[in-house]
Amino acid sequence: MEKLYINKNGLDQWFKQMIKGGSHVYAPVQGRDKVDFKRVTELSEVASDFVQTTQSIKKAVFPKAESLFSYQKSGKNVEVQDFDALSVSDKVLWKIRPCDAAGFASLTGIFNWDYKDKPYNTRLEKTTLVSFSCSKSDSYCFCTSVNGGPGSTVGSDIQITMLPGEGALVEVLTSKGKALVELSADSFEQLSKEIDKELYLAKVPVHFALEQVKEKLSVAFDSPVWQQQSERCLGCGACAFVCPTCACFDIQEDAKGSAGRRIRCWDSCGFSLFTLHTSGHNPRPTQSTRWRQRILHKFSYMPERIQKMGCTGCGRCSRACPVDMNILEHLTSIAE
Amino acid sequence: MIKLEVIMDDNKIEFEPRIVAFVCNWCTYAGADLTGTSRLKYASNVKIVRFPCTGRIDFMLILKAFANGADGIIVSGCHPNDCHYTSGNFHARRRWIVFRNLLNFLGIDIARIRYSWVSAAEGAKWADLVNNTVADIRELGPYTEYQKVANYMEEHHD
Amino acid sequence: MTKLVEKAASLLREGAVIKVIGYEEGSNKTRPFFCEKAEDVERLIYNGRCTNNLAVYLTKPELLGSGKVAVVATVPTMRSIAQLVKENQLKEEKFLLLTVTKEDEVVEFSGFKEMNDYLADIQLVIDTKEQELINKLDGMNREQRWAFWQQELSSCFKCYACRAACPLCYCSRCVVEVNAPQWIEPWASPLGNMEWHINRAMHLAGRCTGCGACSDACPLGIPIHLLTHKMMEDIDRDFGATFNNSGNVLSTYKVEDKEDFIR
Repeated sequence: MEKLYINKNGLDQWFKQMIKGGSHVYAPVQGRDKVDFKRVTELSEVASDFVQTTQSIKKAVFPKAESLFSYQKSGKNVEVQDFDALSVSDKVLWKIRPCDAAGFASLTGIFNWDYKDKPYNTRLEKTTLVSFSCSKSDSYCFCTSVNGGPGSTVGSDIQITMLPGEGALVEVLTSKGKALVELSADSFEQLSKEIDKELYLAKVPVHFALEQVKEKLSVAFDSPVWQQQSERCLGCGACAFVCPTCACFDIQEDAKGSAGRRIRCWDSCGFSLFTLHTSGHNPRPTQSTRWRQRILHKFSYMPERIQKMGCTGCGRCSRACPVDMNILEHLTSIAE
Repeated sequence: MIKLEVIMDDNKIEFEPRIVAFVCNWCTYAGADLTGTSRLKYASNVKIVRFPCTGRIDFMLILKAFANGADGIIVSGCHPNDCHYTSGNFHARRRWIVFRNLLNFLGIDIARIRYSWVSAAEGAKWADLVNNTVADIRELGPYTEYQKVANYMEEHHD
Repeated sequence: MTKLVEKAASLLREGAVIKVIGYEEGSNKTRPFFCEKAEDVERLIYNGRCTNNLAVYLTKPELLGSGKVAVVATVPTMRSIAQLVKENQLKEEKFLLLTVTKEDEVVEFSGFKEMNDYLADIQLVIDTKEQELINKLDGMNREQRWAFWQQELSSCFKCYACRAACPLCYCSRCVVEVNAPQWIEPWASPLGNMEWHINRAMHLAGRCTGCGACSDACPLGIPIHLLTHKMMEDIDRDFGATFNNSGNVLSTYKVEDKEDFIR
């Protein structure tokens, strides 16, 4: 791991080189009321004063709808065109948060636990993650309760810590990160003095003990707490779609006559149709059974089965929820 | 999907509009038939889809026609008070008033959709309707704006 | 102890209702609250920040249970309830309707008719920010409007929060869930998004009560309530006020309906 320093001009130079090099750069941009990821070509477009974006940037490796393959029928023959790895562009995800970078580790676990998913892996290979450590947090954040933190470098290729009034500390963590830095090597300087990152990080209080939650969850399947917590849930997909680790998907067919393509698109375990069988039976018939599934999947099943956390504490689900199903509140009450 | 028929004539590109017509069986379809038997010539750009009544025409069909490459649309049925099923065209009329306003609000080009009442005896009116529509759409050009949206499958967002 | 809390407590203690659906304080905003025990009534609040439309829960029998349910309704919620009643979706004996006036007085309605009379005197008011956006759109030409809506609707990721929050979207099988034939693509794409929102607006024609829950619920802040709002305006102008018609605007007709675009 290498630590470097970069000043404001250097940052600008480096950014220009990235764009010139042909990478597609995605960064948080201020919209009408919300900050969200968009493709940018200038450093000035990037939003500066915000805690968290509305959506995660998982769509860079797991698009909201993608074509898995396409086919053309002619008589008895079928021509199939598989996913084209060459069509995927090089991407740089700029100014993501440590919780977002940690989310990629969970997604990689899901898409590789038995079958190595080609579209996902191809996209991830061509993506460089540049995270910025957090100097601010709000009441929805709880990264420190799920083994994360405002300065955690897990999953990042590069982490940048802005130093107020000066430039920034740049931690180069992987070979991908190193390659990105080399695009503009003279923008960087060696560190003249030790920089204590902790001084610039937000203070995110720990709200619950993860081990306690896991313990309580392992015996909570039949508890009435699910019913109580889920009464106001509307069963929309907002929480799953903004979440950096949710990867449930649906397979659909986009067919017209003799040609078509197989689509993979986002889905949510909160939808009532998610587990509906063709026989009409639904093993998760009520919103409470679906809410239970969501929590258990993220905090119990995923850690047990693929040794990855299903939640990074980014708080987006709670911010996006129309009826304030605050996951932090629910977990804290379960832990008690 | 090849849409433009390129006729190189002094470096000009001629475009043949593709029109879809949603018509009712009892009046307009019969009227169109009369146009044929009267040997009246009219533009061949139109593909006719026959319905039992204009009341059966779902508003989404208009959008589906555009998405599949239509540059213009004709919707036609019996005159008010003459509907074969008494009131189907009244329901259709209400539906179109509401739908047209909504489409206009979204910026969809409602000038490309022509509504008309053509009875079974109005063979000439049908020919005029088609010819006028084709000429107008030729002026407006292909509806590439809409087709771009229909063919776009984004790989990565924005 | 507010009058609302008192009322709720007495209703629950007497067994007049099995639960009171109202609002409580949540994290930085208010949220729906299902109060089943008299000890919990202190959590009930009612103020200008209570914007969720509670009528969306009234068409879910598994949530309501088998007894009488009290609903603390804001004016937008009451409008939605009125529309649901018109569509025969609510049984009068099942509900006890309450509202709270500006002076914090609790009003209990004896039935749906009394609630409708109460509503008849209240005007639908548009927020200034909303009106500005509407005026801006009205001032644009067609291409600009197309560009605006394409930009907004392309970011939609089909979470269907708008549908889930709308009290009038109570179909047990939504059109987008039908796959034989697949009328509207359920996945997110610019065309599919536009078709979905157009279809939803049309299915709400003459039924939307302007509560804005769809826009509030949208996690991406897409102003979809403007579509239904515009429809409401046009329908009111062309066919008479929505709430006074005996049937739905699209399932009835008048021989004298006027239009200027059919040749």
